[in-house]
Amino acid sequence: MKDKVLASRRYRKRSQLAEIWHRLIKNKGAVAGLFIIALLVLVAISVKHILNYDTQVVAQKITERLQKPSARHIMGTDNLGRDIFFRLLYGTRFSLAVGLVSVAIALTIGTTLGAIAGYYGGVISDVIMRTTDIFFAVPNLLMAIVIVTALGANTLNLMIAVGVASIPQFVRITRATVLTVRNQEYVEAARAIGRNEFAIILLHILPNCLSPIIVMVTLRIASAIITASSLSFLGMGVPPPAPEWGSMLSDGRRFLRGYSYITLFPGLAIMMTVLAFNLVGDALRDALDPKLKK
Amino acid sequence: MMADNQEIILDIQNLTVHYVLEDETVEAVNDISLQVGKGKTLGLVGETGAGKTTTALAILRLISDPPGVIKSGSIKVRDIDILSLTKHQMEKIRGKDVSMIFQDPMTSLNPVFTVGEQIAESVLLHEHLSRQEAYEKAKDLLEMVGIPKFRAAEYPHQFSGGMKQRVVIAIALACNPKFLIADEPTTALDVTIQAQVLELMINLKEKYGTAMILITHDLGIVAEICDEVAVMYAGRIVEKGTLEEVFNRTRHPYTEGLFNSLPNIHRRHEDLQPIPGLMPDPTALPKGCAFAPRCSYVSAACLERQPYPRAISPTHTVRCAAYDDPGFMIQRRQHE
Amino acid sequence: MSDTILEVRNLKKYFKTGQGMLHAVDDVNFSVIRGKTLGIVGESGCGKTTTGRCLLRLVEPTSGKILFEGSDIRKLGRWEMRKKLREMQIIFQDPFSSLDPRKTVLQTIQEPIIANRLIRGKAAIEDRVLQLMETVGLAERLINTYPHELDGGRRQRIGIARAIAINPKFIVCDEPISALDVSIQAQILNLLKNLQRKMGLTYIFITHDLSVVNYFSDEVAVMYLGQIVEKAPTEELFANPLHPYTKALLSAIPLPEIGPRAGRVILKGEIASPIDPPDACRFAKRCGCVVDKCNAVAPTLREIKPGHTVACHLV
Repeated sequence: MKDKVLASRRYRKRSQLAEIWHRLIKNKGAVAGLFIIALLVLVAISVKHILNYDTQVVAQKITERLQKPSARHIMGTDNLGRDIFFRLLYGTRFSLAVGLVSVAIALTIGTTLGAIAGYYGGVISDVIMRTTDIFFAVPNLLMAIVIVTALGANTLNLMIAVGVASIPQFVRITRATVLTVRNQEYVEAARAIGRNEFAIILLHILPNCLSPIIVMVTLRIASAIITASSLSFLGMGVPPPAPEWGSMLSDGRRFLRGYSYITLFPGLAIMMTVLAFNLVGDALRDALDPKLKK
Repeated sequence: MMADNQEIILDIQNLTVHYVLEDETVEAVNDISLQVGKGKTLGLVGETGAGKTTTALAILRLISDPPGVIKSGSIKVRDIDILSLTKHQMEKIRGKDVSMIFQDPMTSLNPVFTVGEQIAESVLLHEHLSRQEAYEKAKDLLEMVGIPKFRAAEYPHQFSGGMKQRVVIAIALACNPKFLIADEPTTALDVTIQAQVLELMINLKEKYGTAMILITHDLGIVAEICDEVAVMYAGRIVEKGTLEEVFNRTRHPYTEGLFNSLPNIHRRHEDLQPIPGLMPDPTALPKGCAFAPRCSYVSAACLERQPYPRAISPTHTVRCAAYDDPGFMIQRRQHE
Repeated sequence: MSDTILEVRNLKKYFKTGQGMLHAVDDVNFSVIRGKTLGIVGESGCGKTTTGRCLLRLVEPTSGKILFEGSDIRKLGRWEMRKKLREMQIIFQDPFSSLDPRKTVLQTIQEPIIANRLIRGKAAIEDRVLQLMETVGLAERLINTYPHELDGGRRQRIGIARAIAINPKFIVCDEPISALDVSIQAQILNLLKNLQRKMGLTYIFITHDLSVVNYFSDEVAVMYLGQIVEKAPTEELFANPLHPYTKALLSAIPLPEIGPRAGRVILKGEIASPIDPPDACRFAKRCGCVVDKCNAVAPTLREIKPGHTVACHLV
């Protein structure tokens, strides 16, 4: 008997993932954003092996303080003699970590609650949504400040604070999407062929809800980084001497006149990172819509 | 095509409209010519993608450019050259000389204005009447389409589909246009409501003598209300003639195929003979006859070049290379 | 007598709304013989679609009995009902929304096979899918395409392939061709007829199009505002319509022929509200032959001729 090749292999087409990727990289902003993010990730992963935290990042060298950018210190030194460039590089770890972990927290809790509210409706949905509304009514930053004040200022609590502040967005968007998808005829069709509810949620509803959630993830990472930096700026985030970008901004406040580079570079770093995620998020929104082709 | 003493209201000659997209061009309408005389109704028949709606939008210059481009041809409404008008001049014509009824009554009406206001708006735009007078006229128009006057103060959502479509007709006829384009006006309606609306349209047509193009895929409606028929396929008019000619002396294989696809109420046991295959991709039309791949009478000549419009009678033309052979005739049983 | 595969008794489906109780399906009775087609016709709001959904319990009926091969499927538990669905399937109206946009043709058609664990092994399942694709007229090369890449006719074929994938006995066709072009409609109708012959299928064909139901069914039930107002073998119904609504419906069809419209009945007014309907003839307000009794007492279905039932006081 001949070795028969599966028809699905013979007529292999570009998978949906590849299709989305191709559409994404058509957008120049997205390409720039992806490049920046890739660079940041690379730095975050490798910096620990390149720089020595104790000697190069946090060690204070009073003799070298407040030096303008030069060949020796590419971005200059701060008021405690620490090389700003090295601190910036190390800071990517904090920013990305907080951004990713906090959104991961918001994502898991938020989408679960939103999915339950959307799928079951009724009283359950009302309870979840009204609670969410209460959280939503409090400004992001304020919510995070409250949580950090209650739990104490360290990296983990910062992640939790920013994460919790982001939950309402995910609840809302998941619920809205699930509501729309749940009423689609293909869900009814899945029931008609004998699928149980669990399989329907997993195989039909969730995959069709992904697009808006994925877009929300990228945009919330950007937002989380800003919130985290703001908290650190206010002294409620990662405690010194950690080289978090927001703290660095705060440190440089007193030296804005004359030594503006101390704030300039961390500020630019925050801006670029947030911009990168926003660019990718926007482009993803278009790339993920399968019908946008025509 | 028209008798010489007939006043021609709409005259389209060799119109070609393409949609130029990023990586491809949709050849929506390709070299069509048609004329509609005063008081006559032309049925523009075809399936999805044939180019009927694009033709209608072109007459009103409602095709957005980009990506729609009118590549060639002329459109004249009562000797006014539509394609040469400015935007301002065009706005004056729309609603007054030429009106359009769109397909979906559910979305054609603005939900935040009352029905009376919407009809009056059309009147105010084109005629020199006061607000009060326009509103009174709106109420008269409502009555004309069979809706009680007092309902002028109600909002669209308070009306059913059939009634909404009547309102849409009232708006279209508000300024007594010379020419009306109706794009599938009854497709979204139930059959008994459709009968009501068609009856209304026939009455109004007789009363006002408005020339009309009725776009539809339903040959039954064409038989009810049209005087002339033009059948479109892949952006071209493949057959054109009086109602009697196209229905009883059908010539084009596609037209024949359309009739054969219909379940006939009187002959229920006959098998349906669907047209095999699908309409061609309008971004990749063949150089020969676009219907050739699905045609049961196809020959080599059909694939080579576009068939030209051949005159069967002064009013009946067909684009089909098979008629180069004078003895050729399609099989469709001619109506007893 | 003959083999009755489905019998529906006193089927009701009511929806609670802000304004009152909506009687979507109100005491509907019919039966279908194996291998035959029952057509259900009516205009929007008559309850035909809801009836179709109730038969598979996609919408839970408020009351009534649905006897499939003799046993009431309403009594089945969730798991048993899912098993029963192997024998009863549905084809949806909208070929655009009834297919999961993220699933390929292969994934959509194979799903019933996988969900019911009828065939094991990727290769074997795929063989079956290819077989089904051929049966419904889908080219092999389309196996990995997504719905949005295909036209309405092809999508509907996918829906049909999915419905017949596990060899059901009975299929509810909910306006399966309304959303398609005329020439494609004919193709799909022929396909459905062939499948019925080949597989011995029984159909319930729901439509608003009388000319299609004339072509495609053995028996026709006409519904109005949740009730069956007339039921008869197809030829009989078209030759001798008795209910005023049926007559109006028949005369309203625009025929693709030139000629005078004989006996065209134009109904006045609009469809009444299905919310808390009065205990009278629901068609009375639009009927051309109404008498006092029509507004006082609701007519019941009576057999006027063998096999031909009507609900009208004047017949």
